[in-house]
Amino acid sequence: MTTPTLFISLLVMMACLYYLGRQRSVALARPLGGIRSLHSLPFYYGVQAALWCGLPALLLLILWLLFDEPIITQIVVATLPDHLQMNSEAEYNLLINQIENVATGALPQDSVDPALVEAADELLRLKGITQMALSLVTLAVAMAGGAWAWWKMSPQLQARNQVEVVFKSALLLCACVAILTTLGIALSVLFESLRFFQAVPFTEFIFGMDWSPQTAIRADQVGGSGSFGMVPLFTGTLLISLIAMTVAVPAGLMSAIYLAEYASPKLRSFAKPTLEILAGVPTVVYGFFAALTVAPFVREAGMGLGLTVSSESALAAGLVMGIMIIPFISSLSDDVINAVPQNMRDGSLALGATHSETIKKVIFPAALPGIVGGVLLAVSRAIGETMIVVMAAGMAARLTANPLEAVTTVTVQIATLLVGDQEFDSPKTLSAFALGLMLFTVTLMLNMLALKVVKKYREQYD
Amino acid sequence: MTENKNNTELIQKSLARRYRAEKRFQWYGMLAIAFGLLCVAVLFTDIIGKGHGAFRQTYINLDVYYDPEVLGITDVSDKAQLMVADYPAMVKQALRQRFGDVAGRKERRELNKLVSNSASYRLQDRLTASPMLLGKKEKLWVVADDDTDTYFKSMGGRGEAFTGRVTERQQVWLKELIESEAIRLQFNWNFFTNGDSREPEQAGIGGAAMGSLLTLLLTFLLSFPVGVAAAAYLEEFAPKNRWTDLIEVNINNLAAVPSIIFGLLGLAILINVFHVPRSIPVIGALVLTLMTLPTIIISSRAAIKSVPPSIREAAIGIGASPMQVVLQHVLPLAMPGMLTGAIIGMAQALGETAPLLMIGMVAFIVDIPSGFSDPATVLPVQIFLWADSPERAFVEKTSAAIMVLLAFLISMNTVAAVLRRRLERRW
Repeated sequence: MTTPTLFISLLVMMACLYYLGRQRSVALARPLGGIRSLHSLPFYYGVQAALWCGLPALLLLILWLLFDEPIITQIVVATLPDHLQMNSEAEYNLLINQIENVATGALPQDSVDPALVEAADELLRLKGITQMALSLVTLAVAMAGGAWAWWKMSPQLQARNQVEVVFKSALLLCACVAILTTLGIALSVLFESLRFFQAVPFTEFIFGMDWSPQTAIRADQVGGSGSFGMVPLFTGTLLISLIAMTVAVPAGLMSAIYLAEYASPKLRSFAKPTLEILAGVPTVVYGFFAALTVAPFVREAGMGLGLTVSSESALAAGLVMGIMIIPFISSLSDDVINAVPQNMRDGSLALGATHSETIKKVIFPAALPGIVGGVLLAVSRAIGETMIVVMAAGMAARLTANPLEAVTTVTVQIATLLVGDQEFDSPKTLSAFALGLMLFTVTLMLNMLALKVVKKYREQYD
Repeated sequence: MTENKNNTELIQKSLARRYRAEKRFQWYGMLAIAFGLLCVAVLFTDIIGKGHGAFRQTYINLDVYYDPEVLGITDVSDKAQLMVADYPAMVKQALRQRFGDVAGRKERRELNKLVSNSASYRLQDRLTASPMLLGKKEKLWVVADDDTDTYFKSMGGRGEAFTGRVTERQQVWLKELIESEAIRLQFNWNFFTNGDSREPEQAGIGGAAMGSLLTLLLTFLLSFPVGVAAAAYLEEFAPKNRWTDLIEVNINNLAAVPSIIFGLLGLAILINVFHVPRSIPVIGALVLTLMTLPTIIISSRAAIKSVPPSIREAAIGIGASPMQVVLQHVLPLAMPGMLTGAIIGMAQALGETAPLLMIGMVAFIVDIPSGFSDPATVLPVQIFLWADSPERAFVEKTSAAIMVLLAFLISMNTVAAVLRRRLERRW
């Protein structure tokens, strides 16, 4: 039985057990005077029986599937003759790949060592046996569980409570996925980064002024020894983010203020959703727009002014990123501006202040923490934004503050290092994870700070 | 008296200044909004202006002769012969007959490049469908090459046509075709049904759209139940302690983690540790699930919060257990809100590119995926790949693909907005 059919037959068995359990509970209750005398509704007896049938078997199935493959390959490799026993990990993996390819028929049998063909046959045989054993054991466990539930069922059984405990644990498990994700991110970047820092010292990575990750892969290649200093990447990221924020903060903030304080309901109902379209546009579209429309435009304009502008200038990428962030800032600011109590406005206006003075001197200071929080979140987005810079910013790391030159960013480097073939024992690939670690840490700190500021502010007026 | 007058004057003067400041401030606001609206307008007109052409494609009318000798077919009923027959030679012959005066290899090559090499597949399909055609002649519209396509489309517009790689001799031929009305634009079905191709005139978004659909479906199936369950636990059951606080902070932070980091997670854990195969919708969906989960949890929690406590109290009052209250009353009432949140999360996942680059969904895939474990790519990644291609015709294709993607996203968001208005109850 293949795994999907096994899975489906388990589900069918659970459905049967639900029906049987339900019927049995009703039957048990009949001599006692109907289902009123049951502890729980018949539904819960059915579910309890189904859970007894399905849960242990499913757990077993998952554990088995997790562990059977490495064990089988171990056994197969152990049967290989001596001249094929490999030492290094890479050769070992290659060998296993070959055996598997022969077994699936992807590799013709006569093109490899006969010992490998034998190993492939062995592999197929073992796989057949385990699959058979797995089906038998799982179904037996399912039946035993179902029978146990059937056997133990009585009107006094607290079926609902038991079922609810299982449900609640399942809910808790789902809530823990978030923690597991964070843990997974932290572990994956940390683990690979540590391997990277064994090859490249941490201080060199943090303070190095030169980034050229192209290392020689083979010994006979002429290539740089590779230098991994992330300073130019971070300055590039900051430069582009700075340009983006100089576009987005004034435009986003002013449009939020205008929409909240001045605009007629008609204008508001048109302008707000229209601006929010910008938030829904995928970043790859912005990247295309930046690379094909804005960058040539910036270049032409610069030429007209007699400036030399790179065709992948930081300015073009930053401008478009700013446009992307406008709705983010405006909707966050809109929220905090609307949260400022009306009586503060009324008080200021009653003292004779003009509308703009009220906004500048009363509303803005009151909303400032929320706005700062929003801007911090926006900065973290700008730093982590990938597609726009991959498509519109440069590749070469350059330490410059000139927005007309091409710079590269942390995310661009992560993407270019990891797209395509990866070599998980070269510092070149691992450096992407070290950059990922830095990116994760910086954005995490910004987010925490922002959330703290926003939260603190909210408590003031609620 | 004089002092009073002075004061009034001062106030009068300052008033004018203050009103000017007021006006200026309003202007700044209007400017900001105008800038934002201008950005929307420019973005959309730019994309539509570049991409609308891709929905129509140039076709050339050819008199083709299903010549058994040229094709090398002796027996029409033999399927194998139909498979291997020399259809390109037949196209070449048809072209040579159309423009008789061609001598020299170079000229012939230029002539053959007028039509797409998909023309021969079209002939094959025709002949396989109706074998009686063998030995007969037929007038057939075949797809033109992408350079021809670009040239012909730019002719229709203002003044000078864009020649690009079209040579002068080819231009003469094309002008003749135009005069005899043997070249025209047709709706481009291929763009919606074909998979990716190196030849722009044969490239379509069918494969990528299917990949997006499969990935998104799986993402929804994984993230919605888990998200709703997590939200239900956190809102209704979680005790107030350090652990639940940790989960809360975690979810809020995850919502703001850059998407590329999720790609690193997928690469390091799912591919390297659990050996999930690359490039398939399953791994794409797993990564996108982890990415959209915080959004879905946050919006589901908001929806659960908006169910008034009186409902819960009433249910408990007539003897429901806490779990029954949640499953039978709170969740059904919160469902519209949770669904809207889920649709918005799915729209986010549909537009996401960066994490998918890392897990191998950038591969060049011609076939249209038919299952969750077929190699696939998705629409935004297809856009990224085409945007990188040097052929000019791909600019048009890219913009058209963007239009399709944006149409999907805007309709998803509209559906979410309508759902919210229709189904969400005000208590």
